[in-house]
Amino acid sequence: MDIKITTRNLDLYYGQNHALKDVNIDIEAGKITALIGPSGCGKSTYLKTLNRMNDLVEGVKITGEIKLDGENIYDPKVDVTILRKKVGMVFQKPNPFPMSIYDNIAYGPRIHGIKNRSDLDEIVENSLKGAALWDEVRDRLKKSALGLSGGQQQRLCIARAIAVSPEVILMDEPTSALDPISTTKIEDLMSELKKQYTVVIVTHNMQQAVRISDRTAFFLLGEMVEFGKTEDLFSMPQDKRTEDYITGRFG
Amino acid sequence: MRNRFDVELEDLNLDLIRMGARAEQTITKVVKVIENCDAEGAKEIIEDDDLVDAMARQIESRSMKLIMKQQPVAKDLRMISTALKMITDIERICDQAADISEITLSVCKNLLIEKPQHIPKMGRTTAQMVHMAVDSYVHRDVGLAEEVKEMDNEVDRLYDVVKNELLNVAIEDKEKIDQIVDFLMIAKYLERIGDHAENIADWAIFSETGVHKDSRII
Repeated sequence: MDIKITTRNLDLYYGQNHALKDVNIDIEAGKITALIGPSGCGKSTYLKTLNRMNDLVEGVKITGEIKLDGENIYDPKVDVTILRKKVGMVFQKPNPFPMSIYDNIAYGPRIHGIKNRSDLDEIVENSLKGAALWDEVRDRLKKSALGLSGGQQQRLCIARAIAVSPEVILMDEPTSALDPISTTKIEDLMSELKKQYTVVIVTHNMQQAVRISDRTAFFLLGEMVEFGKTEDLFSMPQDKRTEDYITGRFG
Repeated sequence: MRNRFDVELEDLNLDLIRMGARAEQTITKVVKVIENCDAEGAKEIIEDDDLVDAMARQIESRSMKLIMKQQPVAKDLRMISTALKMITDIERICDQAADISEITLSVCKNLLIEKPQHIPKMGRTTAQMVHMAVDSYVHRDVGLAEEVKEMDNEVDRLYDVVKNELLNVAIEDKEKIDQIVDFLMIAKYLERIGDHAENIADWAIFSETGVHKDSRII
């Protein structure tokens, strides 16, 4: 098993609130790992620790270790901008920048120093193709991204994430605001993405976790209760709390 | 308060218990039909077969609606898929009881040989097996299901005894071969009913463990 990210004894506090309790997970490279659990269980908090998005939260305290390819991402020497280039993120609500489709995708590469027009053209085309959006927008790259449908906007955000050649893509409920057709497109896309990237997704839709993920972690009250192959976790869960949650008998 | 899904699963289980009980009663009745040449009983079994088929359709409908509405996982998925598998065996058991009844009606019109002694015992054992197999599913009792599987060996042994008994008659009197074959078929149907009961027990074990006949299905 090729492990991309290891998490060891991770604890996270928002002030007095102990939001993650001794979490240990190995995230496999080139696979989709789903994080499930009820609201407030810590799954999104854990996702955000993987590219240090929680650093921005006031009063947060993190102990333990998260290693990306064997290197501790919480080491003070780590450049967070470079980390976030390696570990990209797609959010629940599509959040295109108020600029053209082209500029949305070119934004990241430009920040990372790519100025050559033909290089940027190539990145934009490849990223949009990688996000299965190219055919739909190739004739209107200079038009505002805000004119796209919700599903297209979310694929644009995925294209924007892959434009900086990340290694890991984090997705926080990426289809919860989308209709079923757009959701299917994103799910199909994720199966393609995992050929090149390691994907970690938070989802409230358990059928989605079953459909797309290779491994699933179940969180409850800040604790990672169970982690295993998705098929095993949804057919023969080992912990009663997991069984109760996935069968809708929780609480 | 129990959630609606639990109530619907309970209803599904009740339907399954009713269908299992019907199969058990049918076998008990068919034993009497054979023992007493009970033509009335035989006709009832044949006619009631449609009721059993309707029960199976009802369970199929409930199960499929539950899959559609609830998208079950883990033990719920195993329970519902088990129900769908078990009803096929229960239905077949009742079909075979109807077949036995038809043969018995014909044989009893002009009985030429003594009925094989062990056929009633085969019938009683299979009725008990069906009862225990459905019970093992309802009460999630893997041990009880294993007992059913053991009992099938006894039914198989009784079948061999009946077969030998009939072969001996055949050797002595070839003129009665038609009726000997009829009784052999009755015994074979009972032996098959035992196999169906064993299948039900196998699915009951799957429902609890995810393992069916030593291999993990899900």
